[in-house]
Amino acid sequence: MTGDEATPLDPQVSRPKRTRLQSALREILKAPITAKFGILVILVYGFVAIFAPVLTPYSETEIVGPEFDVWGEEFILGTDGLGRDMLTRLLFGARNTVGIAFFTTVLAFLIGGLTGLLAAIYSGWFDQIAGRVVDVLMAIPQLIFALMLLTIFGTSIPTLIIVIATLDATRIFRVTRAVSLNVVVLDYFEAARLRGERLLWLCIREVLPNITAPLMAEFGLRFCFVFLMIAALSFLGLGIQPPTADWGSMVRENAVLITYGDITPILPAIAIAILTLGVNFLVDWFLHKSSGLKDGH
Amino acid sequence: MSDRLLEIRNLQIDGESDEIWHEIIKGLDLDLDRGEVLGLIGESGAGKSTLGLAAMNFVRPGCRIRGGSIRFDDRELTEESDVALRKLRGVRIAYVAQSAAASFNPAHQLIDQFSEIPVVHGVKNRQDAETDAKDLYRRVLLPDPDGIGYRYPHQVSGGQLQRAMTAMALSCRPDLIIFDEPTTALDVTTQIEVLTTIRDIVREFNTAAIYISHDLAVVAQMADRIMVLRYGELVEEATTRKMMSDPQMDYTKSLWAVRSFKKETETGATERTPLVKVDNVTAGYGQEDVLKNVTFEIHRGQTLAVVGESGSGKSTAARVITGLLPPRLGDIHFNGKPLPKDYRSRNKDQLRHAQMIYQMADTALNPRQRIRSIIGRPLGFYLGLSGQKKENRIRELLSLIELEPDLYIDRYPDELSGGQKQRVSIARALAAEPEFIICDEVTSALDQLVAEGILRLLDRLQREFNLAYMFITHDLATVRAIADNVVVMLQGEIVEQGPKNEVFTPPHHKYTELLLSSVPEMDPDWLDELITHRQQHGAMDSTSTS
Repeated sequence: MTGDEATPLDPQVSRPKRTRLQSALREILKAPITAKFGILVILVYGFVAIFAPVLTPYSETEIVGPEFDVWGEEFILGTDGLGRDMLTRLLFGARNTVGIAFFTTVLAFLIGGLTGLLAAIYSGWFDQIAGRVVDVLMAIPQLIFALMLLTIFGTSIPTLIIVIATLDATRIFRVTRAVSLNVVVLDYFEAARLRGERLLWLCIREVLPNITAPLMAEFGLRFCFVFLMIAALSFLGLGIQPPTADWGSMVRENAVLITYGDITPILPAIAIAILTLGVNFLVDWFLHKSSGLKDGH
Repeated sequence: MSDRLLEIRNLQIDGESDEIWHEIIKGLDLDLDRGEVLGLIGESGAGKSTLGLAAMNFVRPGCRIRGGSIRFDDRELTEESDVALRKLRGVRIAYVAQSAAASFNPAHQLIDQFSEIPVVHGVKNRQDAETDAKDLYRRVLLPDPDGIGYRYPHQVSGGQLQRAMTAMALSCRPDLIIFDEPTTALDVTTQIEVLTTIRDIVREFNTAAIYISHDLAVVAQMADRIMVLRYGELVEEATTRKMMSDPQMDYTKSLWAVRSFKKETETGATERTPLVKVDNVTAGYGQEDVLKNVTFEIHRGQTLAVVGESGSGKSTAARVITGLLPPRLGDIHFNGKPLPKDYRSRNKDQLRHAQMIYQMADTALNPRQRIRSIIGRPLGFYLGLSGQKKENRIRELLSLIELEPDLYIDRYPDELSGGQKQRVSIARALAAEPEFIICDEVTSALDQLVAEGILRLLDRLQREFNLAYMFITHDLATVRAIADNVVVMLQGEIVEQGPKNEVFTPPHHKYTELLLSSVPEMDPDWLDELITHRQQHGAMDSTSTS
């Protein structure tokens, strides 16, 4: 006798066995058009970021032509204020901005996520203190705080990453703590505690696998915010420094072209907008799936 | 106006999962006359709720009506527009759900939610609706009928809320009320009051009713006729008395026979040293004490049943024993030696010897771990097993809990049913090779047939491994089936304890008497007799709950 009653649903129907990869691919094919757009955008940007040096004919920082040249055969998107190829700088900008934003988000997740997890598991003093520190940090407007810290500590790339990561870690702390608390009150977590499991096991094997869905969604959203923050700081002159190509500073450098009705300076801004949109669509779909809501018929 | 109120013919309903449509209801017929009460019985997944909701042409999200006809008062509901259906629902057909707490909006007063229905449908104006509400609250025997409507849902008890929901269903004087397991979530003593109320009110207003439940004894009290469902098909249908006394089909007979399981009580002498001794424990959360001077013993190889209603302190006692809640006063002894009060101060061996099985199998197993890891972890953690030895032991344990190892070892918990998940919880507890297992309401969330299987399994394991069980439950039928000794708790104190036969034969403590008499019997006249008895002896109000 294999158990008293049948598994959920009709026991005679055997579900086709699929590997995780096959299930994932099927899910993607079923996704709404916006999510597919998001996936496409991320894939394209990722590809460009990784292969930028190979894709571009010119160098990132070399002056190769006349200033503010029009779109033409030699320079597909024209040149910028110093005579550097626009397309090249756009592609390298992907690599710089997206790359730095990615690492910053990862660092923010390490700091905020770990602290949030521990706060949920330990509770008590640790939770209180961490919570209050986060409250204080979040009370100060983020952009201004970042500007201040960057002015104090300088604007090298590592400093940039650390400052933004620390500030964004606060948001991640809150999200992680909230979803971890949902897990920590469940019976299986209590059973693991009663077994005598150590902290490492509790974090990695009990809680973490159950909070990946909301955390991945948060990663996507955080990435967008970090990205925008870096672009904003660069636009203001305190982010990524010239001559490194970066979309934020590119908007600033070429802004004067607008007075001539040229859309070239807006191109980096459009690139930023499309990435943000794509990631948001993807995250929306992801959250919808993991929320378990069924669409009405 | 004909007598036939509801006529369902060849109803077919499908449910969708993973893009495959499964048949939930496979061509059912149902007839209901005015003023008649029909009981729908079946296990989880039989299709009772689906059928009940279909009476108002409603299906849950993810389901569809594939075919069949639903005639209500000579109108074909499957052909009606949404607008027409909306005028019907709540006004002429009402629905009382299982969980009153989930059905009431916590942000509005009870009387507001009552009045909303007749006012929105244009049946009454606000003033009249409120007067009617108070009258109905009086008829359902709610305390302070004029004032209780102005409370919020969280300010009344579960039983009171359920009665308020019944009153709300009557607000437009419907022709048909569908009761979906209305007393399943209530304590036995509260259940009596709600059952009586429902039965009286349905008779008084000559309302037809469909009463859905998996508890046969309860349905026997309420219904004129009973339909037994299984896997979306009708197994048997008969009047209540006929079905109680002379069931035809094997499946029906097996449902009836469920309550007959009794363990063989061994007459061997118990050891002098108890395995677990709870010594004069007082414990609580914050200022309030939830357990007061509680003392009891559990002996090796025996089952102690701890009975009580919600709030009696049974689960708190379990938390004290496991060390999750250190007691303010008193001690816990294991094998004669005192245990550290906090589980964090206990060593691995002390933790290993006492294992716990939880009520809700859904939250007791980590959904992201396969069965192999769930059962394997205690083996590795406590016993240091690994590799092939561990794999073999996992398979051994799966066979012990009657699950085919090859089929189940790689599954995730959400690919198992409730009963199977509970078995896996048992295997996890066994894997640690404990001496003592605390079963915290392990069968309360399961159907009767499934629960019986679990009880038999636990009994067998107890005899094989000489385990001691502390069985926490509110269901006296379960206690009768598996207990050697019984402890009855009320509001944190023990009111009676002793060997099962002693506790179950009079003379009793007054509360034990109340509990024992509140368990529904399979006799259709039981409820009537009980009410007459209590009215004569003036013991109608239950002590703690409402």
